Amino acid sequence: MTIRISEIPFDPWMEVSQQHSKRLQQKHDCGATSVFVGTMRDFNENSNVSSMFLEHYPGMTESQLEQIVNQAEQRWVILDTLIIHRVGDIYPADAIVLVAIWASHRGDAFDASRFIMEELKHNAPFWKKETLGKTENSRWVAGNTDGYTSIQTGKTSS
Amino acid sequence: MSIKIRYFASLREQLGADELTIKADGVSTVFDAWQAANQAEPLPDHLLYAVNMEYAQPETAVKDGDEVAFFPPVTGG
Repeated sequence: MTIRISEIPFDPWMEVSQQHSKRLQQKHDCGATSVFVGTMRDFNENSNVSSMFLEHYPGMTESQLEQIVNQAEQRWVILDTLIIHRVGDIYPADAIVLVAIWASHRGDAFDASRFIMEELKHNAPFWKKETLGKTENSRWVAGNTDGYTSIQTGKTSS
Repeated sequence: MSIKIRYFASLREQLGADELTIKADGVSTVFDAWQAANQAEPLPDHLLYAVNMEYAQPETAVKDGDEVAFFPPVTGG
């Protein structure tokens, strides 16, 4: 399990590629890799967004993410997990979050990935503040999502 | 004998403080800690609470040396 909070931009594709190569040097037990990358949009709720500030609670963030991965490992058979989440000033097209799962089988990789993302959005102490258009106006993003259970019961969230 | 209080995001901006220290005397729950730090103001709706970086409730016990955090719903990912 690797969990990293990054104050600087990162390249999610390079990170996945490096982790994948590193695993292959040691083991050939992986049959399925799922990769989720969240990138910043230039719009949200009918407004143009020019940049975003991401705040977090150092210490609690890492501990929450670790607990989420531990829960996923109890439900699915996972070989390795890589999570990277940006904080600080972020611009459109920048990667915000990477969740990559290595497993022997696709079901575990797909489902654990969804679980970790939904639980991260529901529980990990991050907060986004958007700067709108070309103005100095900014707003804190509201609207926490419901976590993985609501996905399973068919309620949707964005 | 003290408790560390921390605020994040919109709450931090509203209160104009990110952290402060309060005396632990008479503070036995998260709710007490809020009141001691905010001149007996009621707890705002929809806040989340953490004691020593674990999610908590207003009635969760706190003691000398603890860190108690108050913050709005989280919006990462």
